[in-house]
Amino acid sequence: METRVIGKSVPRKEGREKVTGRARYVDDLAFPGMLHGVTVRGPTARGRIRGIFFEGDIPWKEITIVTAKDIPGNNCILLLIEDQPCLADGLVNHKEEPVVLLAHQDAYLLGEARRAVRIEIEPLPAIFTIEDSLARKEIIWGEDNTFKSVRVEKGDVESAWSVADCIVEGEYETGAQEQLYIEPQGMIARASPADGVTVWGSLQCPHYVHKALVSLFGLPKDRIRVVQTETGGGFGGKEEYPSMIAAHAALLAWKSGRPVKIIYDRAEDMAATTKRHPSKTRHRTAVSSDGKLLAMDIDFTIDGGAYETLSPVVLSRGTIHAAGPYDCPNVRIRGRAVATNAPPHGAFRGFGAPQSVFALERHLDRVAAAVGLAPDELRRRNFIREGQTLAVNQVVHERVEMGRLMDQAFEASDYHVKRKQYSTENPGAAIKKGIGFACFLHGAGFTGSGEEYLASEVAAEATVEGRVRIRAGSTEMGQGTNTIFSQIAAETLGLDYEKIDIAQPDTANVPNSGPTVASRTSMIVGKLVESAAREIQTKLFQSGLLEQGYDAATFAKACGEYIGRFGALESLIKYQHPAELHWNDERYEGDAYGAYAWAVYVAEVSVDTRTAEMRVENFTAVQEVGRVIHPVLAAGQIEGGIAQGIGLALYENIVWHEGRMVNAQMTNYIMPTSMDVPRIRVFFDEIAQGRGPAGAKGIGELPLDGTAPAIANAVAHATGADIRRIPLTPELLMETLEKAHA
Amino acid sequence: MRSHVPSYEIETPKDLGAALDRMANEPGAWKPFAGGTDLMVLLEAGKLVERRFLNIWKLPELKGIEITSSHVILGALTTYTEVRSSEVLAREFPLLCRAASETGSVATQNRGTLGGNIANASPAADSPPALLAYDAEVEIVSSRGNRWKAYSGFHVGYKAMDLVADELINRIRLLRSKRDWKQHYRKVGTRRAQAVSKVCFAGAARMQQGRIADVRIALGSIAPIVLRATETEKMLTGEKPSPAVRQAAQEMLAREITPIDDIRSTARYRQRVAQNLLVEFLEMLAT
Repeated sequence: METRVIGKSVPRKEGREKVTGRARYVDDLAFPGMLHGVTVRGPTARGRIRGIFFEGDIPWKEITIVTAKDIPGNNCILLLIEDQPCLADGLVNHKEEPVVLLAHQDAYLLGEARRAVRIEIEPLPAIFTIEDSLARKEIIWGEDNTFKSVRVEKGDVESAWSVADCIVEGEYETGAQEQLYIEPQGMIARASPADGVTVWGSLQCPHYVHKALVSLFGLPKDRIRVVQTETGGGFGGKEEYPSMIAAHAALLAWKSGRPVKIIYDRAEDMAATTKRHPSKTRHRTAVSSDGKLLAMDIDFTIDGGAYETLSPVVLSRGTIHAAGPYDCPNVRIRGRAVATNAPPHGAFRGFGAPQSVFALERHLDRVAAAVGLAPDELRRRNFIREGQTLAVNQVVHERVEMGRLMDQAFEASDYHVKRKQYSTENPGAAIKKGIGFACFLHGAGFTGSGEEYLASEVAAEATVEGRVRIRAGSTEMGQGTNTIFSQIAAETLGLDYEKIDIAQPDTANVPNSGPTVASRTSMIVGKLVESAAREIQTKLFQSGLLEQGYDAATFAKACGEYIGRFGALESLIKYQHPAELHWNDERYEGDAYGAYAWAVYVAEVSVDTRTAEMRVENFTAVQEVGRVIHPVLAAGQIEGGIAQGIGLALYENIVWHEGRMVNAQMTNYIMPTSMDVPRIRVFFDEIAQGRGPAGAKGIGELPLDGTAPAIANAVAHATGADIRRIPLTPELLMETLEKAHA
Repeated sequence: MRSHVPSYEIETPKDLGAALDRMANEPGAWKPFAGGTDLMVLLEAGKLVERRFLNIWKLPELKGIEITSSHVILGALTTYTEVRSSEVLAREFPLLCRAASETGSVATQNRGTLGGNIANASPAADSPPALLAYDAEVEIVSSRGNRWKAYSGFHVGYKAMDLVADELINRIRLLRSKRDWKQHYRKVGTRRAQAVSKVCFAGAARMQQGRIADVRIALGSIAPIVLRATETEKMLTGEKPSPAVRQAAQEMLAREITPIDDIRSTARYRQRVAQNLLVEFLEMLAT
């Protein structure tokens, strides 16, 4: 399809404001009479609150104090269920659990006051590992510590073990990871019984916050308003936790009668907010001597922390992605999300898939070795093709060209030459080199029937000047929503990109286009933007005020006349689930996603054997994501995701002590800097077959899935280490190598 | 959790004399504040215990690099950036330049000072191993007078040093005698830049007909203080760095250092890497 605006790297819509410093983030805002708010957290991983004491030389009378008893409605942060309190009442279940809120105009005094609150807790036994949770060493949540169990069944794995030439087993682990958006979390609230509740803040999903506040205050929906301020990164970290901070700011505002601002500093943000779910995966794979996968039996468990939050949906995506882009007749995947006394883990770019994909792609390198095949040859013999079925019994109705993606990636990285060369040169070398890869897929949009339930809406409206404004709850957080929505609308309407405006997400003013998550914004919401723009055009055509082949001036004139004669020129489009997509939630099978992105990533590493320090030297990323709407932004998404994936693979190690992150500082929680990130080459194999505008699919989460296993496979190639766990720190690699040599 | 800023006090003395008088009249009450690169981290984390500070950052008496025929004399307020841009240091004291260039960020290097790095007494500091390898001396000043002392032995225990409440570090002196020594510096940090070291190694040796005639070996992050491995040095003196000697030296070093587990690394890793870096140094001497 010939396009005019889609596929062009137009200037970022809000770029000028951001680079000139005019963009206003939540901490840039101040209201008259505003107070600062802080959170006091329980000091114990699990226990019963015996008393709260306000001590020290603090003018307590001047300070607004909120505890659970001040909550007007339900004391919970409503998301999927009602298990997580807004403020602990009676019990605490993790060390970062909010118990008391304080507000005062002097932020420094407030810091002193926070230190002077003593919460007396009678400790109860706590659990901190997946093993202890599964063993039910203590029951800390529900009846059996399990938030959710799912089971995927294709064929009959049991039939394969006896006919297999080879059975390969393995257990793999991934750690928690902090999102580390540049802007820490923050909210400002105004609230009173007369005016209702309004919050402004850094967030991904205004309607999630809205839902939580409606329940917390017991107010009608139209008395709660949520406004997104310019947001400096989210990566999933601002999907659910902003509801907590908004609730806290709003409770303090409600009680004090003054606007209240809560801004987390980096340490509090890192320790208290959600992180990527740690995981453990067990694989048992039956394979024939010619390398055909006969059965995959997979057990996937994630640590959800103390409350459910989004764990069931993270589990769902992780489970569905666990068997990868392969054709295998017999697959069984058992997935579980379990509770521990850590702060709840939550959404993070990739949403369960990076965890299960790491396990699979490490495992398949081991399977290949066991049957004496090169790792790429094993994959080639099992790549899924159009018409074949994925593990969830979804027939793939897209052109899948995994072999071609692999060819491109190997050619660009000179894979075969280097693989051979390093294997020859490594023995005896102090610095060893390795090259490895991963093959993977990532589903765009909500899983299963998710989009059907969401029933997202997008609105458009035209002005008398012939400008068109898109209204949606989808948020810009640095990834480019504003820009691609404008491109899509401009393309549809035949207007210049500059003629399109994007409304600030504000629940009082925009329809609910669903959360800005799950690689859904381009494909799902983008399609709604396209339809909303199309409807504006259709109304003009049908009114006879506009004809095909118009220009901007005649469009503006037509808009003016239409509005003059009929009133507002607007459209509201609701998501229509494609009739051919079916998902059975009970059997956990069917069309899990409307489209998949497909990719092959190649990593090259060097390993200094004296220090076990690893360095990613080169990275090649080849993917098919449908039509690329904005090449610069798309490449930026891939590069940024790979940098974050390098962190997940090698550096970002959360040090836990009894369920609390003890290295909550950027000095000691090591994210890669530009010095640790190599040249990244990004290639798009464009097949315009997605369900989005011009054939787009999803892209945002994809790069997190394949980066870590490609790197781990490269390190395994360089050193021969049997790598089972990430983050693969030098300490862990050294230990692994020493064990192998012992 | 951030500190309560109004409860801190900072005073700027007009010259070194005024600063020393302040410190003499109220011993221990005033903490010197130089570049602030360590203190500000504690302030941000709400862990800055001291409440009153003397801002010595602008005292001209503590600034500047002086070159004499026998010594390079560095004012205590010499920044890492100044160390990195000194030609004499680059030529004759490369270990110190490497240490400076691998410390923190550019911003930290612009504010952080050698005197501050010594006085902060962190066992993970990057420049002290280089200073130990060069037999540095430090000049201590107070209203009672000046004294020079060897830097080796200045740190006596974790965060403890030979410096009393009314004293400041004035200057650091390096003898220009190691130009022809073979030298090796390596910092193993948590990433390639802006990292605290997990192990830091500085070695220098004078070679004579393939034998080690004289040697200095100093390490950071492997004991409560930055340590000179004097037993290993003794053992190596007079030896050829042969595989057998390397092995023996490794074993000796293992007994001299006492690394621990912390949030950045493990004792096991530090022990192994320290030994490997020693071998790397000795292999370099053999070539």
